[in-house]
Amino acid sequence: MSNAILVLFAHPALQRSRVQRALAKAVRDLEGVTFHDLYEAYPDFDVDVAREQALLAAHDVVVLQHPLYWYAAPPLVKQWFDLVLEHGWAYGARGTALVGKRFLCAVSAGGDEAAYCAEGENRFSLRQLLAPVEQTARLCGMEFLDPFVVYGTHALGEDEIEAAAAAYAARLGALRGAER
Amino acid sequence: MQTGFFFQALVYLCAAVVAVPIARRLGLGSVLGYLLAGAAIGPFALGLVGREGADVLHFAEVGVVMMLFLIGLELEAVRLWALRGALLGLGGIQVVATSLAIGVTALALGAEWRVALVAGLVLALSSTAIALQSLREKGLARTDAGERAFAVLLFQDLAVIPMLVLLPLLGAHAAGAGGAAHGATAIDALPAWGRALATLAAVAAIVLAGRFVVPPLFRAVARSGVREAFTAAALLLVVAIVLLMQSVGLSPALGTFLGGVVLASSEFRHELEGDIEPFKGLLLGLFFLSVGASIDFGVVAANGASVAALVVGLVAVKAAVLLALGRAARLSAEQNLLFAAALAQGGEFAFVLFSLAAQGGVLAPEEADLLVATVALSMAATPLLLLGWERAVRPRFGARRAAREPDAIDREGPVILAGFGAFGSIVGRFLLANGVETVVLDADSDHVALMRGFGIRAYYGDASREELLRAAGAERARLLIVATGSLETMRKVIHTAKHDFPKLRVAARARSRVEAYELLDAGADAIYRASLDTALRSGADALRALGFPAYHAHRAAQRFRRHDEASWRELAAVRRDERVFQSRARESLQLLERLLREERDVPDPVDDNAWDAASLRAERARRDATDC
Ligand SMILES: Cc1cc2nc3c(=O)[nH]c(=O)nc-3n(C[C@H](O)[C@H](O)[C@H](O)COP(=O)(O)O)c2cc1C
Repeated sequence: MSNAILVLFAHPALQRSRVQRALAKAVRDLEGVTFHDLYEAYPDFDVDVAREQALLAAHDVVVLQHPLYWYAAPPLVKQWFDLVLEHGWAYGARGTALVGKRFLCAVSAGGDEAAYCAEGENRFSLRQLLAPVEQTARLCGMEFLDPFVVYGTHALGEDEIEAAAAAYAARLGALRGAER
Repeated sequence: MQTGFFFQALVYLCAAVVAVPIARRLGLGSVLGYLLAGAAIGPFALGLVGREGADVLHFAEVGVVMMLFLIGLELEAVRLWALRGALLGLGGIQVVATSLAIGVTALALGAEWRVALVAGLVLALSSTAIALQSLREKGLARTDAGERAFAVLLFQDLAVIPMLVLLPLLGAHAAGAGGAAHGATAIDALPAWGRALATLAAVAAIVLAGRFVVPPLFRAVARSGVREAFTAAALLLVVAIVLLMQSVGLSPALGTFLGGVVLASSEFRHELEGDIEPFKGLLLGLFFLSVGASIDFGVVAANGASVAALVVGLVAVKAAVLLALGRAARLSAEQNLLFAAALAQGGEFAFVLFSLAAQGGVLAPEEADLLVATVALSMAATPLLLLGWERAVRPRFGARRAAREPDAIDREGPVILAGFGAFGSIVGRFLLANGVETVVLDADSDHVALMRGFGIRAYYGDASREELLRAAGAERARLLIVATGSLETMRKVIHTAKHDFPKLRVAARARSRVEAYELLDAGADAIYRASLDTALRSGADALRALGFPAYHAHRAAQRFRRHDEASWRELAAVRRDERVFQSRARESLQLLERLLREERDVPDPVDDNAWDAASLRAERARRDATDC
C-alpha cells in the first residue's frame, strides 16, 4: 500500500545549480520514486503528452520540484501544464484521471523566509505566490499539500544544503507510506 | 496552281505573319486575324491554297488534331472533379437547352427529325479554341465569366464523346454510303450498330493503351534522358493515334482528344504540354487559318439570305440560352454579356461531326456545307462580339476591373517542389503530411511513377523549363523549393523562376557553403544548407553523451547555428570581391580557415549569464557582512 511518487524536476541550467542539484540527488534513487527531469527530456519544449499522461496515471503522488524564478516555475513547467493537463482528461466533466492524487510543490528560493510575508520585501507568502499552481491541482481533483520550501538559497552553506536535501528525502519517504 | 508542301507552308506562314500583327494593331485580336487571312488565301478568294470543293481542312488536320490533343491534356481528372458542380450545372444545362432550342427551331422550319437532332446537338457546342484563346489574349480568362465559360467548354468537350459514338446510329443509308473523305474503310462495311460498336471499341482501346501501355513506354524513353527523344515520342503518339483512327475510318480528332484526356492524369502531362506548347500557338493559328479558308463563299453567295439568317439565328439562340444561364448563376450583367459573347459560336467539333453525319447519310452534302459555313462564320463573329463587349459594355460598368483576386485555395497547389531526392523527399513528405498541396517535379520517371502510386501530384520533367514550371502552376504557386541534383540545374531553375515568375518565392537547398553562395548569387530568396541542422544535432548529442545537460546542448547548437548563419551572410558580401580567380575547392578551404580562426577566440558559445545566481550570492554575502 505504499504510494508511487513521481518527481517532475525542472531546472534549465543544472550545471550551475547548488541547491536543486543536492535536492535531486537526495531523492532520485529512492525506492518508489520516479525521477523525471523535464529539461533533459524535452530540451526543445516538445512535450510528449501521451507519455506524460501515462506517467501521471501510474503514480499516486506528484511532486513538482524547481527553483523559484521570478516568483514562478521555469517556463518548461508552464509548457508542460498547458499541454499535458488536457480538458476531458485532467479536468472537465469527464476529466477524472488525476482525481484523488496528491500534489506537492518542492521549491527553492533565493529570498529569505522573512521576506515572504505581507511586511517583507516580497509582500506575499510563498503559499500565496503558488496560488495558480494550487488552484490548478485543485481543479484536477488533486489534494495540494503544504509546499516543501528551501528559503534563502543564496546564503546557504554546504552543510545547510545537505540538511535541506535530507529533509526533502524524509518528506518524500513520509509521503510514500502515508495514507490519505 | 502550285501545291508543293513548301509552297503551301509559305502561303500559310505569310498570311499569319502579315495578317495577325495587323489584326492585333486594329484591336481585333489574333483569332480574327487568322480567320481573315485564311479567308483571303482560301480557294474562294485568292485561291492560293486548296482547290475549290476540296477539303481545305484536310491540310490543317494536323492543327486540329494537335489542338484537340492539347485540349484533352487539360482535362485532368482532379480538375474535372473540382469543377464538377459548374460542369454539370452550367455545362449540362447549356448543352441540353441549346440542343432543344435549335432542334425545335429546325423542326419548326420543316427539317427532318434526324437533321434537327444532329444540328441541335452539334451546334450546341462552342469553340474551345476560339473562346479560350480570345479570353486569354484579352486577359479575361480569370474573370467570373471566363471561369464559367471554361467549365461550359469542358463539359462540351466531354459531351463530344457520346455524340461521336451515337452519330453512326442515326445513319439513314446502308453500309458503304459514306466514306467520301477517307475512301472506303473497313468500318464502312459494317451496319450502323456495328459502326457504333467499333467506335466504342476504338475509344476503349485508346483509353486502355493510354492507361497501361503508353506510360511505361514513355518512362523508358524518359530514362534515356534525351529530351528530343521524349518530344519525338509525344509526336509519335499523336501520329499513331491519327493513323489508327483513319485506318478504321474514325475521326482522328476524337482519337487524339481521347489520348489527351487519358494522359492528362499521367505524370507526363506537364512534360507533354511543355513539349507541345511552343507549337500550340502556331498549330492553333493553322487551325484558324484553315477555318477561314474553308468558308465556302460559293455556298455563302448562293444562299446569302439563308446563311445570314442561320448565322444570326445561331448566335442569337446560343446567346439567349447563355444569358439565361448566366443569370441563374448570378453573374453580373456585365460578366453575363461577356459569358454569352464568348460562347455564342459553333465549335471546331462541328466540322468533324457534320462531315461524319454527311458520310453516314444523315445530312445531305449541301446541308452539311451550309452548316459548316454557318459555324465558320459564327466563329468569325466571336472576336467581333468580344470587341463590341470591350468597347460598348465594359466602359459602362466603370472601373470595376475584371481580373478578380486569385482563389484562396489554389487548384494548382501552393508549393512546387523541384527534385524529390534525399532532401526533397523529406520536405515533400512533411508538406503532404501537413495537408499542403504540393506539386512535385522530378527528372527520374521511376521516382515519379512511385509517387503517383501514392496519389502524390508528381510530374516528370526538367524543372528549369519555363513551360513545365508554368504548367505546374508557377504563376499561382506561393513557393518553389529547389532541391534538384546538380548545381547547374538548380541555378537554371532559380534563374527561370526569377525571370519568368518574379512573384514566386524561391527557396533552395545547398549542399555546401560554396554551393550556398552560388545559389544566393543565382537569386534564391532563401537558402537551406542541407547538412547544417543534422551536423549540429549530432554535435549536440555528442555534448549530451559527455554529460552536458540536454537543454544546454540544445541551446548551444541553436546559438552556434545563429552564429554560423550570420557569419555566412557576412562573408557573402566579402566573397564577391575576392572570389574572381579562385577555384571552388580553394575557396571552400579559405572559408573554413577563416571560420576556424574566428571561432578559436570564442571561449564558450553558451556561457552567458543565463540562470546564474553567483552574483546574487556575492551581493548577499556583502550585505550580510555589512549587517553584522
Ligand atoms: C532568473 C532567476 C530568477 C530568480 N527569481 C527569484 C525570485 O523571484 N525569488 C527568489 O526568491 N529567488 C529567485 N531567484 C533565485 C533562485 O530561486 C535560486 O538561485 C535558486 O532557487 C537556487 O537553486 P539552484 O542552486 O539549484 O539554482 C532567481 C534566480 C534566477 C537565476
